[in-house]
Amino acid sequence: MSTIALAPRQDAPRRVAAAASAVGSALSDTADVAWRNLRTQLRTPQALVFATIQPVIFVLLFRYAFGGAIHVPGTDYVDFLMPGIFAQTVAFGAVGTAVGLSGDVRTGILVRFRTLPMARIAVLGGRTAADLARNLLVVAIMTGVGFAAGFRSPHGAGGLLAALGLVVAFGYALSWGFASLGLRVSDPEAAQAAAVPVLFLLVFTSAAFVPATAMPGWLQAFGTHQPVDALVNAERALILGGPAAHDVLISLAWSGGLLVVFALLAARTYARLGR
Amino acid sequence: MSELAVEAHGLRKAFGTVLALDGLSLAVPAGSVLGLLGPNGSGKTTTVSILATSLRPDAGRATVCGLDVVRQAAQVRRVIGLAGQFAAVDPNLTGRENLALIGRLSRVGRRQARVRAGELLDSFGLTAAAGRLVRGYSGGMRRRLDVAAALLHRPQVLFLDEPTAGLDPESRFALWESVRDLTRTGTTVLLTTQYLEEADALADQVMIISAGRVADTGTPAELKARFGAVVFHLDFGRQEAAEAARAALASAGFRPQRDGAAVQVRSATGSGELTGLLRVLDGRAPDPVSVAVREPTLDDVFLSLTGGGRAA
Repeated sequence: MSTIALAPRQDAPRRVAAAASAVGSALSDTADVAWRNLRTQLRTPQALVFATIQPVIFVLLFRYAFGGAIHVPGTDYVDFLMPGIFAQTVAFGAVGTAVGLSGDVRTGILVRFRTLPMARIAVLGGRTAADLARNLLVVAIMTGVGFAAGFRSPHGAGGLLAALGLVVAFGYALSWGFASLGLRVSDPEAAQAAAVPVLFLLVFTSAAFVPATAMPGWLQAFGTHQPVDALVNAERALILGGPAAHDVLISLAWSGGLLVVFALLAARTYARLGR
Repeated sequence: MSELAVEAHGLRKAFGTVLALDGLSLAVPAGSVLGLLGPNGSGKTTTVSILATSLRPDAGRATVCGLDVVRQAAQVRRVIGLAGQFAAVDPNLTGRENLALIGRLSRVGRRQARVRAGELLDSFGLTAAAGRLVRGYSGGMRRRLDVAAALLHRPQVLFLDEPTAGLDPESRFALWESVRDLTRTGTTVLLTTQYLEEADALADQVMIISAGRVADTGTPAELKARFGAVVFHLDFGRQEAAEAARAALASAGFRPQRDGAAVQVRSATGSGELTGLLRVLDGRAPDPVSVAVREPTLDDVFLSLTGGGRAA
């Protein structure tokens, strides 16, 4: 009798231990895949250069070529511009997630991953984690370039760091969205072609480069109710100063909501690859 | 050895309106090599993908080491290795890094993975290239690395999907040697190929598949006896001469097939039969302009299977 009574009590800790080890394996697999993706990116420098040079050019272009013609009341244009550039950079950076995954589909390495006893989440988790790390690097470089171009982040370092936190959080959520796309097309060029128009629409209808009030009403209606705009507004509130809580919450809600939806979608796409 | 390492019953798989597998069944005894022979689109890769858990069948069931490939996919992955037709290694990692990564993901401990990677690089002749990026490897080296990657966790069953497609003869022979070494250690191998010669060199049992079904199965020797060990190709230069030769050979009990100004004869016994063949022709048909002896190809086998050859 006592052995029967004891059995479930021993079982519970064992189940907890098994679950803990499963989580541990999933994390270690994710780290392994992320390491592979980062290393691969470092060895295809053209991709990394593209990811960093383009935003740098945008900073310089908007600051010096267009900046003189754009007047934003109450602030220096470069301070107004940088939050927009940050948002634009991580938005377009998310395309890299789609391109990378579709490359894995094409080379067949995804088929190998799917026949290994690794955690299934690691392929997507590792890819998005690597892209998060890349975003951190790119955003750091851009901050440096911004400062060189006259950006002063008037509300101080705390505000700037909080804003950058929102930026990479949004980039992370978005890269899960592009993960689904990457899994569906086995051609990196096609992935890029499909992703870029959507991003153009989101970035250029937002207040990233010009105040939304300069747009016609119908466009404002779209432009001011989408995640890039929410992000840019929250960043500006944090960087330029002013009441920030409301904008920050809206941006976090967008990023959190998108992350949940996109992650579920990507996991479903991945699970259906073998159907 | 009667225990089955791989077993499949009535596998069906359709991609849209294309039926890739139409009720395929197979059985591979533990420790043996099954060669799955068939042309492009016959369902070879689909079969391997299902058995290796990367694809779900629409109907039918399959087990690897007694584990169901759908319901127990996670356990199946611990006992299988897959090397594909498209060498699935990362071109931007070195050979050693590729093996280390796949070793860790195959649940071989970090240290054990390093040791095992060293052994495999050595036995596949890749030690010198281990520190180089795979994008600089030749096709044969990539393929060997791919097979090595499939062996890191010492799988009980190894799936090789057209392991030598597109390789030069030297690389192909080297890969054959590696597969033979594996089978000596008791690994069960299921390999797909388009080459009869390859199935002959490696497989204990050969299964010919066509349009998603098993068309024939047997040992290489049995299949050869059925389809001929060699094919004689006699060119007479003129159709009438070829026709006379065909008639003479047919009446002497051979199974000749006329092909324009040439006659082809399949022989089950080998090139020694050529003497007898020429003796039959002596005086009854002009001398052939040229005589060639070649191995039967998959075309010959399929001609036979569809009845075209045997009836002639």
